[in-house]
Amino acid sequence: METLEQIRARLLLAYPAAQITFVTNPGPAAEHSLLIEATHAVEIARWLRDDTALHLDYCSNATGVDWPDKTITDVATTTEPDPAGGPAKTVETKTTRLQPGYLEAIYHLYSIALKQGPVVIRLRTANRTDAVTLPSLTPIWRSCDFQEREIFDLYGIIFSGHPDLRRLLMWDEFKDHPMRKDYVEPDDYEWEPTAHGAVLERAKPHQSAAAAPALKTGGTP
Amino acid sequence: MNPFTPSAPTPFASAPGPTVRAVHDEFHGDLLEVSMGPQHPSTHGVFRMVATLDGEQLVKLKPVFGYLHRNHEKIAENTTYLGSMPYTDRLDYLCSMSTNWAYALAVERLAGQAVPERAQYLRIIMAELTRLVNHSCLVGFLFNDLGTSFTPLLYAFREREKIIDLFESLSGSRMMCNYQRFGGCRVDPTPEWLAAAQQLVDNFPRFLDEYERMLTGNEIMLARTQGVGRLDATHAINAGITGPVLRASGVDYDLRKVDAYGFYAQFDFRVPLGAHGDTYDRYMMRILEMRESVKILQQAFKRLPAGPIMDPKAKLRGFRPKAGEAYGRLEGPKGELGFFLISDGSPNPYRYRVRPPSLINLTLLEEMCLGHTIADAVVILGSIDIVLGEVDR
Repeated sequence: METLEQIRARLLLAYPAAQITFVTNPGPAAEHSLLIEATHAVEIARWLRDDTALHLDYCSNATGVDWPDKTITDVATTTEPDPAGGPAKTVETKTTRLQPGYLEAIYHLYSIALKQGPVVIRLRTANRTDAVTLPSLTPIWRSCDFQEREIFDLYGIIFSGHPDLRRLLMWDEFKDHPMRKDYVEPDDYEWEPTAHGAVLERAKPHQSAAAAPALKTGGTP
Repeated sequence: MNPFTPSAPTPFASAPGPTVRAVHDEFHGDLLEVSMGPQHPSTHGVFRMVATLDGEQLVKLKPVFGYLHRNHEKIAENTTYLGSMPYTDRLDYLCSMSTNWAYALAVERLAGQAVPERAQYLRIIMAELTRLVNHSCLVGFLFNDLGTSFTPLLYAFREREKIIDLFESLSGSRMMCNYQRFGGCRVDPTPEWLAAAQQLVDNFPRFLDEYERMLTGNEIMLARTQGVGRLDATHAINAGITGPVLRASGVDYDLRKVDAYGFYAQFDFRVPLGAHGDTYDRYMMRILEMRESVKILQQAFKRLPAGPIMDPKAKLRGFRPKAGEAYGRLEGPKGELGFFLISDGSPNPYRYRVRPPSLINLTLLEEMCLGHTIADAVVILGSIDIVLGEVDR
């Protein structure tokens, strides 16, 4: 199979307007990937599937990853000559910058017809809050159907063009996206008022003083 | 009008076509929605399907998941790499040895960890024994779904019991084996264990012959499974169906051959393929794969080398793979089982993802079931082979 750089070069010939970035995997597995701009993702996915040399007819794995905002400290070292004529001093200046977070969808593509692969492609959202829409690849590979629903459920990426985008594992009324790194678990998923001391104590922060029902202890109802 | 008097065909007669009938007389037209599961015994756990019926025929079927969801992936991201190993047993609780191996394979790819030869052979032995357990149970459960109350299943469980007794004597647990480690295996089997396993494998074809004599040519079985729940190859590939279900549709894709992970390249075995993609072919795939597994096991016992079972450089405590990512996959008894891991250099995985074959093989369940009766849907679901611990994670 051709290398990922060659695939990228051919893709750029076919879609000159698309931004396709090569993402290096520093680990020993060295499974590098292509970061594809969301606007061209469906066309590029179709090209990858239908190209005769690649024929990536099988999307094995689709998954989400959450990358929260990160503060990165850059250290710049400069050498300053010593005014007294001694050896030059090295001075470290630290600057911090905020790397904005994003959500990422990763697809592992293989070819069953040509028995080759994987080609890993990634799509990234603009941020983690309001611009979380990505194009769905379910029309290209049906195997993304449940997996994209799962990503939507657990990470909150909205896949436009998905035929049936509903929560997969959590219940429909559930509000949050539990696989996000900043997700805070509730004290009790199935909280309901019962007259047991420990439960009531834990429930207190969830109740406003006015809304709290007056609990009867003992006596006949 | 008496509805039982035969009359001339109305203008609303049945429209042709196998799935949708537009019938508007007083018997038809009202659709009935049945929620099957999550406590239905033939949904293999807590699987639920919302089936819409026209008479007894299915016109719509929507699977509902999540009744066994415990966010396995989040739990694994909050523990160490090794800490998740026992928990992977609980994914597919019939095949813990294969699931362990899939996870170990992914971590070994992530960390660039080598595995000694004896451990590779032991892994193949365990994985193939697991395949025997899974497939024989599946066939038993399939007959349960067909309505034979437990007899074939008990024959299968008799053999399964022998294999999981072996697992217990080796790993200490019958089903939750927790046997694989990154860079090898946890316990070395004694010569007595190997002799017992060899004897079991030698006798296994006799069980298969007995089983097949009882079941394969059975008239009810043939009537209920042939031509039911057809799945064609193109759709199956596009929907990511893997394992015996894919091969029953005639697609030659077995990761033991394609990826040749472990030492499978050195083994002589064949990949059985179906021709029709129906329930019967899916049943036959399991029977034939068990025969091939026996062949692999015989070769493995013959060639099992002496040596260490753990790579001396393998690190279990304080294991921190370098930053990077890896996707490891293998041919589990149910299909392609994959683990996708992202490391950021810390002791816990940054991202831990299970690619569950049981879940993804259900993608085309509706298409396979439409037009069949609800009793057939139960059999089709049984032939797909799901375990809810893996579907819901």
